Amino acid sequence: MQSADFLALLPLIAVSAASVSVMVLIAFHRGHRSAALLSAAGLAAAFAALWPAARVAPRTVTGLLTVDSTVLFYSGLLIAATFVVAVLSYGYFEKRETRREEFYILLLVALCGALVLVGSRHLVSLFLGLELLSVPLYGMIAYLPEQRRSLEAGLKYLILAAASAAFLLFGAGLIYAQTGTLDLPGLVSLIRAAGPGSLLLPAGLALIIAGFGFKLAVVPFHLWTPDVYQGAPAPVAAFIASVSKGAILALLVRLFAPVLEVASVALIFTIIAIASMTAGNILALLQDNVKRLLAYSSIAHIGYMLVGFLAGGQMAATAVAYYLVAYSITVLGAFGAIAVLANGHGEPESLADYRGLFWRRPALGAVFTFMLLSLAGVPVTAGFFAKYYVLAAGVSATVWLLALVLVLTSAVGAFYYLRVLVALYARPDGRREVREEPPLSRADWVLLGTLAGLLLSLGVFPNLLLAVIRRTAG
Amino acid sequence: MILAWLIVIPLAAGVLAWPAARLGNAWPRWISLAALALNAVLTISLWAAGGALPGVRGAWAAELDWPWIADLGIRFHLGMDGFSFLLLMLTFVLGILSVLASWREITSGTGFFHLNLMWILAGITGVFLALDLFLFYFAWELMIVPMYFLISIWGHERRVYAALKFFIFTQVSGLLMLVAILALYFAHHAATGVYTLQYTDLIGTPLDAGAARWIMLGFFVAFAVKLPVFPLHTWLPDAHTEAPTAGSVILAGLMLKTGGYGLLRFVVPLFPGAAREFAPFALLLAVIGILYGAVLAFAQTDLKRLVAYTSVSHLGFVLMGAFAWNDLALAGALMTMIAHGLSTGALFVIVGAIQQRIHTREIEGMGGLWAVAPYMSGAAMFFTMASLGLPGLGDFVGEFLVLAGTYRVAPWHAVLAAIGVLASALYGLKLIQRAFHGPNVHQLAFPDLRPREALMMAVMIGMLIWLGVYPQPMLRAFAPALDALQQLTETAGHAVR
Repeated sequence: MQSADFLALLPLIAVSAASVSVMVLIAFHRGHRSAALLSAAGLAAAFAALWPAARVAPRTVTGLLTVDSTVLFYSGLLIAATFVVAVLSYGYFEKRETRREEFYILLLVALCGALVLVGSRHLVSLFLGLELLSVPLYGMIAYLPEQRRSLEAGLKYLILAAASAAFLLFGAGLIYAQTGTLDLPGLVSLIRAAGPGSLLLPAGLALIIAGFGFKLAVVPFHLWTPDVYQGAPAPVAAFIASVSKGAILALLVRLFAPVLEVASVALIFTIIAIASMTAGNILALLQDNVKRLLAYSSIAHIGYMLVGFLAGGQMAATAVAYYLVAYSITVLGAFGAIAVLANGHGEPESLADYRGLFWRRPALGAVFTFMLLSLAGVPVTAGFFAKYYVLAAGVSATVWLLALVLVLTSAVGAFYYLRVLVALYARPDGRREVREEPPLSRADWVLLGTLAGLLLSLGVFPNLLLAVIRRTAG
Repeated sequence: MILAWLIVIPLAAGVLAWPAARLGNAWPRWISLAALALNAVLTISLWAAGGALPGVRGAWAAELDWPWIADLGIRFHLGMDGFSFLLLMLTFVLGILSVLASWREITSGTGFFHLNLMWILAGITGVFLALDLFLFYFAWELMIVPMYFLISIWGHERRVYAALKFFIFTQVSGLLMLVAILALYFAHHAATGVYTLQYTDLIGTPLDAGAARWIMLGFFVAFAVKLPVFPLHTWLPDAHTEAPTAGSVILAGLMLKTGGYGLLRFVVPLFPGAAREFAPFALLLAVIGILYGAVLAFAQTDLKRLVAYTSVSHLGFVLMGAFAWNDLALAGALMTMIAHGLSTGALFVIVGAIQQRIHTREIEGMGGLWAVAPYMSGAAMFFTMASLGLPGLGDFVGEFLVLAGTYRVAPWHAVLAAIGVLASALYGLKLIQRAFHGPNVHQLAFPDLRPREALMMAVMIGMLIWLGVYPQPMLRAFAPALDALQQLTETAGHAVR
């Protein structure tokens, strides 16, 4: 490896170094604040390292990893999202009586996995990244062992993630048996040229799609999502929704778009997208638990992004990148609002806990409102332009069925976001006992304020982000 | 530049009004009034400077064109002609009316109420000014959520249901319009190689008949829900009835007009061929709406619901005028929009005032109000007469022109619609007789119009009389714009064939 290789990997190295440093720090000095600060500093350094890395990009490092502008764009998104999760976690765990410091090690290692995944160009690094992302998540989801829900969610995620990893490995094995290569770009062009010839390759491909499907939580691989979202601490749920799913979607868009030229693969993804949009939105209608509702909504939103993915072409890549950024901001903000409302006993979960929130805490209520409106795709929020762009990509590729399903299901979607809004703005009737809501720290205010500000400015001036995407991921 | 201010001022006033409520409930009200008055003055000054120009192809009374999202062909493009000018003035007048009407009605959450009110008005202003289809859709969607809040927070008994119904109807139809906009955008690119969403560029886009039909339907459904057109009207009575007075005034007076505006500004000019094919169906729907709305209005026992159904009936004339598409019918459609906005807005204010005083909207619970509150009853009588088309008042001019224009192209439709005018006399007289005349069986006693209310009523009465007796300045103001639209469809129609 040359020095340029190290430079290209600098963001990844910074994150790894940060995780090791936090571990060493804890060994000598147990302090929540210092651990959180160190992680935040490491993440900031990793973000800053994107620019030196960009100078040597595009570059293939050791045949396992690619570092190009697209990878760096998504890496930046993942690092920034993890930073937000770290800040949220600090406020969240500060209110809890547990050992809190190890959480940051897990968080940073999971981010390492996501970064490897996004940049992988080889089935080995893909699998490595996926496992590096999943294994810390088991711990993160079950981080509050005194809560049975949290443990149950962790166990559920463990079993399903392990199963999906096994699918993926078996698929990779089948593909290797057929083609003799594990190199992803090579494989993609091979499949595109020959189509799924004999039995082994389609079987392998199907298994890999299933493995991805589990991670993305698309229908029919979505069954774990509501339980895990509900059981996991709110910052971890935010991490799953933004970083874990974002990394896989980014990989999908970056490498696998050419495979869609094989008609059967396109058909499978079309069915998955339609089923996700429909089932996600309809099942969300039935929820009274806000975290479960957001879980089903995330299934639907991945479905919307798949519409962009399926549309293919230049516009689609930009559309998906924009959607991913907008969705990450939104979902971080939504779970952030839940996280800051958590007290020492638990999080506000049922709709009833949110009744009249706007009148008790107007600013927080307004932030939550913006996030919900963005999820519903209402103007002046980033979610509006994101949906517009994905729909435009769909219409330009004349995938009418997908565009129509997107339109109809997102109208259904608006309905359940409004249900939450109705609760937020309901007059406090005084009969119900209001659960104790802790005051917000300054860091929480700055964070939520920034997210809301980003959401609105991207909603009104989308070209700010479009310019960046076009230079990098477009 | 000033055109952008017309949108920015209400937005900013709304944001300002929210925290201002901490200083006292009067603050948000005065801030909103000041912003709307300023907007009205700015609009008049723009009009005075620009004058009655035809509107299309560069000759706007005022125009503003800024780059926005350059590589998608999206621009911040606003333009005002006589057509938009009159609707803007209606917006600001009814805006002021609704702020005044909620002066005593809204006492909790005043700041947030005015935030929503001003944002709705900003969205409506944007709709009347936008010349970029993305911007148009943006403004179109912008007014929905605040209206949803207005109904669901400050509304009456079944407010949540009504607000959801309103939201779902407008949201679905809006998204269908979005698909249509995108389809037109890519069709234009396929034909010319240019990505643009500019209204003036998209006019005359060559489309094959099948595509034009579908795309036009996408637009039509969105506007038909708002207008409303039978059978897409079912959200309207619920939303109007459950909304607070200000919400009803804005819904009936302005939001329905955005549907009419869309038909006249977009549907027919963008798709002249498809619109011509569709015209028989549209005229039929208009006739059904006029008659059905009148019959249902007659059957109502809830005063506010009755007024709401009259809107379904009257707005049928707008649909009729839009698809008859000749100079008489168009002028009539526009006059109907303005006059209906004033008369129905005022009626909702009166109904709201009555409800606030006697806490019921049921006609059964009224009777003999004339003796208790003669001024209020007199005003109600006046606006009912205006609404049922008494000659000499604004609504008459509009509906007469529409009927005269429609008679030229579809005599039978015009004849049937004229029956609707007769029917409106029935429900109008029923309203006056049951609620205001007769014995005061419930021993009601309440104060008559307060000075603030009396002033509002006097101004509205004055405007309706002016529209009815001397509509000439009004007709002159929008004539060039309507002529230009007609010529445009002529040339565009030929380009298709």
